[in-house]
Amino acid sequence: MALEDLHHNFLTGRLEDMVRWARRASVWPATFGLACCAIEMMAAGAADYDLARYGMEVFRNSPRQADLMIVAGRVSQKMAPVLRQVYDQMMEPKWVISMGVCASSGGMFNNYAIVQGVDQIVPVDVYAPGCPPSPETLMHAILTLHEQIRTGEVLRRRGGATPPAAGSGGWTPEVPVAVRLGTPT
Amino acid sequence: MSDVTPETTVRVAERVERLTAETSEGPQGLLERRATELNELGREVGAVLRGTGLALDPRDVDVERSDDETMIINMGPAHPSTHGVLRLMLELDGEYVLRTKPVIGYLHTGMEKTGETLSYVQGATNVTRMDYLSPISNELGFCTAVETLLGVELPPRAVWIRMMMAELNRVASHLVWMATNGMDLGSTSMMIYGFRERELILAFFEKTTGLRMNTNYVRPGGVAADLPDGWEDDVTVICDTILERTDEYDELLTGQPIFRGRMEGVAPISAEEAMALGVTGPILRSTGVAWDLRRTMPYLAYDQVDFDVIVGTYGDNFDRFAVRLNEIRESIRIVRQCVERMPRGDYRVQDAKVTPPPRARIDESMEALIHHFKLFTEGFQVPAGEVYTAIESPRGELGCYLVSDGSPHPFRMHVRAPSFVNLQAVPLMMRGGMVSDAITVISSVDPIMGEVDR
Amino acid sequence: MIPLPPTAPPGVACADALACDVACFPTPDGYVDLVRAWREDGFELCADLCGVDYLGHPGRDLPEGVVATRFEVVVNLLSLERRQRVRVRVQAGDREPRVASLFGVYPGTEAMEREAFDLVGILFDGHPDLTRILMPEDWEGHPLRKDYAVGRVPVQFKEAPGPR
Ligand code: SF4
Repeated sequence: MALEDLHHNFLTGRLEDMVRWARRASVWPATFGLACCAIEMMAAGAADYDLARYGMEVFRNSPRQADLMIVAGRVSQKMAPVLRQVYDQMMEPKWVISMGVCASSGGMFNNYAIVQGVDQIVPVDVYAPGCPPSPETLMHAILTLHEQIRTGEVLRRRGGATPPAAGSGGWTPEVPVAVRLGTPT
Repeated sequence: MSDVTPETTVRVAERVERLTAETSEGPQGLLERRATELNELGREVGAVLRGTGLALDPRDVDVERSDDETMIINMGPAHPSTHGVLRLMLELDGEYVLRTKPVIGYLHTGMEKTGETLSYVQGATNVTRMDYLSPISNELGFCTAVETLLGVELPPRAVWIRMMMAELNRVASHLVWMATNGMDLGSTSMMIYGFRERELILAFFEKTTGLRMNTNYVRPGGVAADLPDGWEDDVTVICDTILERTDEYDELLTGQPIFRGRMEGVAPISAEEAMALGVTGPILRSTGVAWDLRRTMPYLAYDQVDFDVIVGTYGDNFDRFAVRLNEIRESIRIVRQCVERMPRGDYRVQDAKVTPPPRARIDESMEALIHHFKLFTEGFQVPAGEVYTAIESPRGELGCYLVSDGSPHPFRMHVRAPSFVNLQAVPLMMRGGMVSDAITVISSVDPIMGEVDR
Repeated sequence: MIPLPPTAPPGVACADALACDVACFPTPDGYVDLVRAWREDGFELCADLCGVDYLGHPGRDLPEGVVATRFEVVVNLLSLERRQRVRVRVQAGDREPRVASLFGVYPGTEAMEREAFDLVGILFDGHPDLTRILMPEDWEGHPLRKDYAVGRVPVQFKEAPGPR
């Protein structure tokens, strides 16, 4: 069949590029507001900053329907397992933005109560600095993430498929569920 | 899936069990009826408030009911409409809520401990992150306590600047409350409007203090910086716009049958119950008690401005909404008076002990530089003693209890967070209501988890 | 300084306090009775209750006859009608700090007493549900005690060593 016979416009390209393009343009964040930063996250979604421009205004309440977890705020020791559980419930592919210095490093609260950096619990793709990061900073982080998605790998297995170390208890490195279920413990 | 073997099923079950064990809080949660003492049962249904003291009537708490008639469900801590990381455990009989227990601490930040390691100069940075919707009130609460211990007298301009900023902050805080409350009831437009108006105030905050939130603007001895040039115009524009828009919201919400249907008569609380539980702020006022620290125990210059204390009658959701809505108007009234009557002069005390030397002097004189350095590295010493001061934050009485041992750090800093205490009213308000009202009840209590957990 | 209520128990020392109408120091036995007396006297709201660990700062200002102990419970009462504030400070003991619960007088102290138990480790007799409130249930130690380090602690998951 010659191309001239076709009656519609079309594009050709590599499947990978298409997938990346589509993913980039429809990242749905999970609402995971924790503290002050969450208010700025809400402000970013509201009228003045309007996240809808990036196809991201659909904040999903169910982690199953979300691709991006914006950890907005300080993560306490009590919250850490919950956060991990929500992350585990999200479907691949998934990304994490650590919003604010508290989520990134503990910030000014270097004490017994706060997890010193959410990257101890979940893998983080983009860190947004600031206390709180202004909505502009958050948007910059999101655009950085878009760029990563656009240029990154389509298939990735975070943390590798290494089996969890014996006796590591509650914490297992991130492995797709199917793989994890098949690995000997 | 073809590879589902009995073995994988067992693994999945194990995993679920492990995750449940990881996130369960044991006895902190709501236990089954048979595992709960009579006293606690009474507390959870609010029966202790009805009787005198602890003399409980078992019929009040319905001990006959067996556990398999009811169901305990879990809301939160990562739930879309719990206003932050609040976790509520509800015991349900069908659609009706019998018992409720808030499980908190998911945002515990250890601020009281951190506050003991920071000097008084740095202290405001710490407390401002507690109630992140009204940072100025927090700073004000802390600084008032420090200043009472120090015994310094503020220059009038500092007092009025503080008052104006605190009121603007109250407006911003109530706007966010209206936005989230609208969101909880499904009125997404209110959400957008509330945040739109708040941006006006935040823009002014950014201009004045350098930050949109967590401003660290009020400091012991005054405020961090003078108001920017042309602030009168900015503030006037804010007042005009918001006042006009408030009328729009009034029209949008107050007259709306769905909104009224979901708010009126839902979750009432009486004045006696509120006082027994230590509840303050708009919730207490909605029951008809005209208790507003700005009026009854004036601080700053609230005794010199004209405003009304808004009270409700029934103490239901709708009254709490109406009180907050009208408080926006009253706050704007105060702000306008501040614009008119703002005194001239210093914006911080000229007491070398607590105030750094002006920037110009640092360039010229070595002593000034050393003084500046010392003040910010070591801080200033505060006479030994202890003090409890309270101010009216948008959520109620915000108290700060400070113990000083004469060093530049507080020996103990405790903040009486209004939301923390107000949250105790939730089980009482929820009792007998529907699950769907649970959302509006939490929202009308307006807990800020940063402040609840500190 | 305002006078003690007529039904106050004996042995209560009083002193002036900043920004407060009177600070009273009951004996541990008279603590609940004193608070109840204040309540009957018109102080209908218990604004605040917190525990203080005075380790390393023994020389605080106390009226004569009050023996300082390491732990102290501070209660701030408020009268809406009289527009007054009263502070009650009770010495809770050294080793195993323990006072009676105010739950029967002011049900609103429930959460505050749980907080004082959780963070300072003061036990409240007669409290209906004395569990931790802010820290995870299996946390060890009471963070606001002076001998509890502020510093960074490794991440603690339940029953598991942290990844670091
Ligand atoms: S980074 Fe700052 S604004 Fe964000 S949660 Fe931490 S303290 Fe709050």
